[in-house]
Amino acid sequence: MSVNRITVQNLTHTYGTRCALDNVSFTVPRGEIFCLLGPNGSGKTTLFNILSTLMPPTSGNVNILGHDLGINARAIRKLLGIVFQHPGLDVKLTVTENLRHHGHLYGLKGKSLKLRIFELLERFGISDRSHDLVEKLSGGLQRRVEIAKAMLHSPQVLLLDEPSSGLDVGVRRQLSEYMISLAETENIIILLTTHLMDEAELCNRVGILDIGKMVALGTPDELKAQIGGDVVLIETTNGEVLRNAIADRFEVLPILTENYLHVECERGHEFVRDVVAAFPDEIQTVRFGKPTLEDVFIKLTGNPFV
Amino acid sequence: MINVLLPITTIWRREIIRFFRQRSRLFSAIAQPLVFWILIGSGLNASFQPFGTSEKQGYIEYFYPGIVVLVLLFTAIFATISVVNERREGFLQGVLVAPAPRWGIVLGQALGGTTLALLQGVLLLFIAPLTGIRFGLTSLLFTLGVMTLLAFGLTNLGLLIAWRMDSTQGFHAVMNLILIPIWLLSGAFFPSTGAPDWLTWVMKLNPLTYGVAAFRRSLYFDTETTIGNMPTWTLSILVISLFCFLTYLGATLTASAETNKKHA
Repeated sequence: MSVNRITVQNLTHTYGTRCALDNVSFTVPRGEIFCLLGPNGSGKTTLFNILSTLMPPTSGNVNILGHDLGINARAIRKLLGIVFQHPGLDVKLTVTENLRHHGHLYGLKGKSLKLRIFELLERFGISDRSHDLVEKLSGGLQRRVEIAKAMLHSPQVLLLDEPSSGLDVGVRRQLSEYMISLAETENIIILLTTHLMDEAELCNRVGILDIGKMVALGTPDELKAQIGGDVVLIETTNGEVLRNAIADRFEVLPILTENYLHVECERGHEFVRDVVAAFPDEIQTVRFGKPTLEDVFIKLTGNPFV
Repeated sequence: MINVLLPITTIWRREIIRFFRQRSRLFSAIAQPLVFWILIGSGLNASFQPFGTSEKQGYIEYFYPGIVVLVLLFTAIFATISVVNERREGFLQGVLVAPAPRWGIVLGQALGGTTLALLQGVLLLFIAPLTGIRFGLTSLLFTLGVMTLLAFGLTNLGLLIAWRMDSTQGFHAVMNLILIPIWLLSGAFFPSTGAPDWLTWVMKLNPLTYGVAAFRRSLYFDTETTIGNMPTWTLSILVISLFCFLTYLGATLTASAETNKKHA
């Protein structure tokens, strides 16, 4: 197994009789930002917990930079920097105390630890808050401390579970920019889970999970290329009837999710014009645009992304 | 190979820093037993002469070592209850994915709880002279030693329970149904002498009985006070040492098992 990639082979995980992960395989090379995209319950947190060594899988193999997860979890732990979805800081400790505690757990100490903490506080723009209790920090700042903490021991793989949940747009953009520069300059692997399309768009490759299965894998552009042309979204209160009527009249196959019809077509602008003219009363709103990853998900699974 | 001492001491230190930043914990662990002692001790002092103790020693004096043990128990429990919450939050997850061995993590937590329990126990030693207990240097050293063992064992007992709980409510139930009865039947509250046969047996099988006995013996080490029918020094120290070892082993095994479960 290569020391330069994460390899996941035929990973399956069940809770009792419920199958959370079903035969998932993928590889992530160094320097790549890889994203697991999926709605709640798709199995991405299960996959995340397995990769972060919190629980062993029911079956399948995981190899991280040449170490087998089932055999040598200790060696893997040194290589991983992890940001969990739940806040991982002790709010009763100061920023520096949290980082020092973390450093000690990874065997860093003394002057080199002090320097490393200083360096990261600078890089994340939190030096002026270093002696404040974490509970006094805003959510965005706390998240920055979390990532600084995960980076403290210079990990080779950075795992982030829903890193931008609860962050406002500005902080999210900063975070994305930071991850991109990190993957480039340090040549590490960044693997994150998300349910946000715009976050997934920024990654090098995206694996789409649905009910434990990897239904698609590729660059955002490759995935979106699976949809020919444009996507038209029609809001209606009479979905079933309108779907059949549209399918009869135009040469398209609309997918119905709740009150929306998703239509994939070559020349979207013409279709919009014709469909509104044909069913002026049944249609409430029409939206038209280039395909997004959400459209890819809906096309592949037939389910809304929630 | 990472130096294991570093993770152990940093986890230990964190417990202590947290404690001093939450002053109410200091108060709650010490106030409740003190109130018990003053109310129950004063109330029973007039009417209750513990079986097998000397005339001079009233109930309030008999009850004093029991109250110190209760403070150790409470502090140990409060220190370990945070494990339940931290496991659900990200903090403990972050510790568990670090390359530190499980036994080191548990040892750090146990030493943290032990230190806190000991600090509060020592505070209570200052009121010992008020009860009529006079102890010298040897006695004090033995007392501190026994208190350390007791605090370590009780913290590990707390950890053993906390590592398998998913809610603090569950922990409270265990505390009321198991921990408080263990304390009540340890000779802390009343001596086993004169109790019904079945109760005497329960008390004989209770490991904390030996803890309380060792603690009483150490307090009265320098004086010739009669302290009733209690397990011997050697037996007491043996049992609580074994108790410490087994609870620590149990806590470590529980922590490892809980974090390697396939259905976490």
